[in-house]
Amino acid sequence: MKTPAGLKYAKTDEWIKLEGNEAVLGISDYAQDQLSDVVYVEFMVDVDDQVSKGDAVATVESVKAASDVNFPASGTVIAINEDLIDAPELLNSDPYEGGWMVKILLDDPSELDDLLDAEGYEAYNEEREG
Amino acid sequence: MTELTIYELSQSGRTGVQFPEPDVPLSPLPEAFEREGINLPELSEQDVIRHFTKLSQRNYAIDTGFYPLGSCTMKYNPKINEVVSRLPGFANTHPLQPIVSVQGNLYLMYQLQEWLQEISGFHRVCLTPAAGAHGEFVGALIIKKYHQVNRDPKRVKILIPDSAHGTNPATSSMSGFKVIPLPSDERGNVDIEALKAECDDTLAGLMLTNPNTLGLFEENVVEVIQLVHDAGGLVYGDGANLNALLGILRPGDVGFDIMHFNLHKTFSTPHGGGGPGSGPVGVSQALAEFLPSPIVTIIEEGDEELPPFFGFYYPKHTIGRMKAFYGHFGVHVRAYTYIAMHGPEGLRDIGEKAVLNANYLMTKVMKDYHLPYNRSCMHEFVVEGSWADIPNVHALDISKRLMDYGFHPPTNYFPLIVHEALMIEPTETESKQTLDAFAKALAAIAKEAREDPTKLTGAPFTTPIGRCDEVKAARDLVLCCYIPEE
Amino acid sequence: MFTPHTPQEINEMLKVIGVDKIEDLFQSVPEKYRFPKLDIAAPLSEMEVAAELGEIASANASTDDFISFLGAGAYDHYIPAVVDMLLRRGEFYTAYTPYQPEVSQGTLQAIFEFQSLMSELTGMDVSNASHYDGATATAEAANMAFHIFRGKRKKILVSRTVNPQYRETIRTYMQGQENVQVTGDESDTSFDNDTQQLIDKIDNNTAVVLVQYPDFFGRIIDYTKLVNAAHEQGTLVAFVFNPTALGLLKPPGAFDADIAVGDGQPLGIPLSFGGPYLGIFTTKEKHLRKLAGRLVGETVDDSGNRAYVLTLTAREQHIRREKSTSNICTNQGLMALAATIYLSALGKSGFKQVANLCYQKAHYAADQISSLEGYELAFKETPFFHEFVIKTPKPVNQINLHLQNHWILGGYDLSQDYPELENHMLIAVTEKISKDDIDEFVMALEEVAHD
Repeated sequence: MKTPAGLKYAKTDEWIKLEGNEAVLGISDYAQDQLSDVVYVEFMVDVDDQVSKGDAVATVESVKAASDVNFPASGTVIAINEDLIDAPELLNSDPYEGGWMVKILLDDPSELDDLLDAEGYEAYNEEREG
Repeated sequence: MTELTIYELSQSGRTGVQFPEPDVPLSPLPEAFEREGINLPELSEQDVIRHFTKLSQRNYAIDTGFYPLGSCTMKYNPKINEVVSRLPGFANTHPLQPIVSVQGNLYLMYQLQEWLQEISGFHRVCLTPAAGAHGEFVGALIIKKYHQVNRDPKRVKILIPDSAHGTNPATSSMSGFKVIPLPSDERGNVDIEALKAECDDTLAGLMLTNPNTLGLFEENVVEVIQLVHDAGGLVYGDGANLNALLGILRPGDVGFDIMHFNLHKTFSTPHGGGGPGSGPVGVSQALAEFLPSPIVTIIEEGDEELPPFFGFYYPKHTIGRMKAFYGHFGVHVRAYTYIAMHGPEGLRDIGEKAVLNANYLMTKVMKDYHLPYNRSCMHEFVVEGSWADIPNVHALDISKRLMDYGFHPPTNYFPLIVHEALMIEPTETESKQTLDAFAKALAAIAKEAREDPTKLTGAPFTTPIGRCDEVKAARDLVLCCYIPEE
Repeated sequence: MFTPHTPQEINEMLKVIGVDKIEDLFQSVPEKYRFPKLDIAAPLSEMEVAAELGEIASANASTDDFISFLGAGAYDHYIPAVVDMLLRRGEFYTAYTPYQPEVSQGTLQAIFEFQSLMSELTGMDVSNASHYDGATATAEAANMAFHIFRGKRKKILVSRTVNPQYRETIRTYMQGQENVQVTGDESDTSFDNDTQQLIDKIDNNTAVVLVQYPDFFGRIIDYTKLVNAAHEQGTLVAFVFNPTALGLLKPPGAFDADIAVGDGQPLGIPLSFGGPYLGIFTTKEKHLRKLAGRLVGETVDDSGNRAYVLTLTAREQHIRREKSTSNICTNQGLMALAATIYLSALGKSGFKQVANLCYQKAHYAADQISSLEGYELAFKETPFFHEFVIKTPKPVNQINLHLQNHWILGGYDLSQDYPELENHMLIAVTEKISKDDIDEFVMALEEVAHD
């Protein structure tokens, strides 16, 4: 299971890449594995929408499950990855790069402080599996 | 092996059932609205008969074999039901005929209401909901309206055990409630401490299935209901598993306030390949005026000479109309017939034999499959369809392999709280021989899993088609026949 | 009754389980309430129950006894023999939801064909596997529109000429949502101008406008202007249609409707005192993900054979649970099969014949009746399909009482739902009605006017 260093992770299996005040969000390798083949991605937000901490920004559907993807901070949506609409399988094949989901301009980057780092997330996964 | 679609079988110019020329002078058609063409298939009557007959032969059904789908109660559907429901006096009555001309129908519905009330211990029953989920919706709306009328708007929580059928939380959401899941304890009962923690003045109600979806009787049912009542909430019973309680326990007696029935489960009306069902709802006296409209009632009492005169009434605080007309009357006729044939002893026999069959089968099956809750079950039981030492074999594979043994698989992956769940409900109409054969097949499959797992992971081998690519079905959506251009 | 156990088998089974008697299996049931005595009638054998049901049925009068001109949401059409013959096959009617596609290709392919036929009939992109009936399908259309806008638009506009029972059902369904307004069918809506009055109420808080086609009075209305006005505001439009009418008339898809719903009872399903019927639900492809109910899709199996499966199931209640937009599980599978067989048996030619016969006979009836003294065709300027409204010289229930003596079931009394329409009768004519039947009806109507 891949867990790239340099990213932050939520216990709800989203990853965040911080670029200054901008955050890119996606779902982790663990998450896509749990979902299995993704067949559809629905974005719940548009560019320029305001999101609050914990809001669902997208829903990911596979053959056997449907999950909400939540943003763990507040901000304004700058971009959404429209490639996922026609090629939802990117979430399975490339969850950390091509499968990025939304880019958000943060109101307060410190809201992300209590997220896990790569090691912490790996440990958390081991705990779950055990 | 593929069967062609009706569009592929179609031949331009072929006709099927035809009608005579108009016997009236002709009026001009509304040109502005005339349809340019309608592309329906062109088949002969023989084409239609052959096509659908062949399709039927690709189906497994109760009439062809054992169908232990947990929580669906796939019992034998008596054929007399099909004869009586087709009597022209029933089948050819229009719902808007004057009530004096349909007293037979109204009598039947009234009697069915009375019988369901008596069987379940509820004060009043409404027959209109079209299916279980529809009945659940009624239940949730009644809870909502009750609290509204009592001016208790902060009651927004509905508690739902984590083992519940998905329709329960879906219904609660549709009704504007906040869903709070309740964990189950090690014996499969509702966790009492977790329940107590939620019993406050924001509690609207609890949705409880008893026996639950693990097939287990809620051992603390009286206490659970009391706790919710003491906190001012109502208790809704999901009656999907009523088969285990016929003649054994009346849910109304232990304090349930509302319950829906699944006539197509408990009362033998056929499942139809996905409906029609019927989901009547029973309520306690306090909630009778909230039921949906309309309900059949006696408008004029009868006497020695005349029978009572029946009609409809609209309860004072009714949640409203759930659908057009009066519910699935064709299904009511079948349920009436079923109850009439059984009487009190017959109904108790159903409850007893359903539970006998399930316990017998469980005792045999648990030799090879892990039983997570090791206690006496009711009409169904859940085992784990996997073994820790054979990680690449799953419940799905066991199910597919069962088809090669000539059986319909049990319910898969439900309830969610059991890992790789296989929910098995034999029903009371199955013989000991059938149960033995099924247990034997499961034992053989367990052995195959160890010796040659490809027999499971590659199954089924003997069905009209093999395993389907469900990912492709969802990604490359094709929801209609290909229709060739004219 | 249907339990096969012999006493010996019961003993053997109890031994295997490890209990002495069946009662021992019910220890967890509270003793105080265990084994209640049920006060219901003693059991009947099959022979006796057949006789009893026969007696109950004979206490009714049916369309076998009367010539019926009743419509208003349920229609007396001819059902070809093949429909029931095929529906009686146990492989169809004793099967359940096709969760295991390998052993359910019969049901799955039949539903796939149903979806295709409904899509073609309505001119819409996709159909689901059925809904409970026309009323609940209409309510779910409103519900679906509400969810498409994620609850941001709170107004649902519905025409007063949508079937009154359907409008009630919408209100029942929407009471679960906060602050939703179901409106547009106020009792001051005049029927000369109702479409325009509805258009005037569309705004950018309106999620959907629901109209009926033909409407409850049988009128064929051109909703083009309404659809344009709605779409300009981003509002969706839902048509409630009659399927037989679509054998003759332009379908909802041709008007760019976003959703088209209706009741398929006219397609091979008996009147059966109001149910079970068949909810039809169709929509545009872009709304597919919010579509409630089951969907059958085409795929291949592991050998490359074409196969059918339930698809997009992640939308449904068993996966989405509290996040699904609807809770529907069991639907009307067997009735959908009936409609599929009916349309296949009639085919392009037969179905057009039925639509044309209904149209022609209804127009003949309307002409004849409106030429009687005291009777007048209401809504003269508007075209109609197979239902029309007649203004009568006396209250409708009085007229109907008289007609019953002639073994005729008169039309629907509209004053029950529209107080200003006293003495207005809604008359339906189908292909089953002969010219002689109509002439008898006309004579009886003439008689009662002079009483």
